[in-house]
Amino acid sequence: MTLIHAKEGDQLEFNNNIPIYLQVIEKIKQDIVSGKLKPGEKMPSSRDYSYELGINFNTVARVYKELEMEEIVFTKRGLGTFVTESTQLIEKLRKNMAEKLVEEFVSGMKQIGYTQEEMINFIKSKNRIERNE
Amino acid sequence: MLIIKDLSKKYYNKTALRKVTLNFEPGKIYGLLGPNGSGKTTLMKVVAGLHKQNSGEVLINNMELSHKTKAYVSYMPTENFLYDSFKVRDLLKFYKDMYDDFRKDYAEELLCNIDINLNYKIANLSSGQVGKVKSVLALSRDADIYMLDEPLNGVDILSRDTILDIIIRSYNENKIIIISTHLVGEIEKILDSVIFLKDGSVELLGEVEELRQSHQLSVENLYKEVYKDV
Repeated sequence: MTLIHAKEGDQLEFNNNIPIYLQVIEKIKQDIVSGKLKPGEKMPSSRDYSYELGINFNTVARVYKELEMEEIVFTKRGLGTFVTESTQLIEKLRKNMAEKLVEEFVSGMKQIGYTQEEMINFIKSKNRIERNE
Repeated sequence: MLIIKDLSKKYYNKTALRKVTLNFEPGKIYGLLGPNGSGKTTLMKVVAGLHKQNSGEVLINNMELSHKTKAYVSYMPTENFLYDSFKVRDLLKFYKDMYDDFRKDYAEELLCNIDINLNYKIANLSSGQVGKVKSVLALSRDADIYMLDEPLNGVDILSRDTILDIIIRSYNENKIIIISTHLVGEIEKILDSVIFLKDGSVELLGEVEELRQSHQLSVENLYKEVYKDV
């Protein structure tokens, strides 16, 4: 028993207006596509994960169930839950997530009157500034 | 398993519970929500066998309420009931003597984890520490049903987090945990289901994730909606 104090890493701040399992799924997907979670890596057990995140056990069980249905994780009987080994699937997931972000960005920029060209220029100039920093 | 059917309870001329019907399943953490006077404590006390209902039925593991069912229920009252002159160590011994199902080792382990020394005197504990000790004692019994009445009340914000941790840690799929509170925002992430009591009746109940999805609201905001005219 060590977890009561030692809550390592980035403690998720949850938005209680949105189902928590969806937020955890999103976080795990981010960690997978960014490489923080490696293909084939073992995930914490539902119990440990619920301690770590400070959330209900059944919520975590649901997260794993949904991710398993999407084939993003798989379960080996008696051994635990693992990140998919398919780099193809991870690449697809990464692209899907990027698409969603771009869609949100584009629709937001449209709402404040940006044309496509302005958006592209904006990204380029922003990128330049960040690289110089 | 806990089944409550058409439960009503009156105190003199005040009705505390009106035909409450509820089913509780093992493996779930329930939030019993509502402002003061909505019937939360009465409901817990009836299930714990401390108050007798006027009508209706309570079944615990298919048995009607009796001295026998008391053994299945670990109830934590909201008041500070700890003896001031005791040390934490004496409390554990007292609980061990009182309850056959008290897991002293588990209690010691939890207390050690949250930095509460067994030699501390109860009289010298902060209210946050009292809150933590009370929750540890209740959850260290190996009961089927845990009922914690306002475990976060009068407890500082860091101790609240610790109490939530103790609850999550004590969860297992065979146990029913029922927590009454009006501090909904802090507790909702550990709940499976919520029951909103209003004037002694069930106003709304459901699984928290479904409620968030269907109302696009946190349970806390839903609570404000339900009780806005109370």
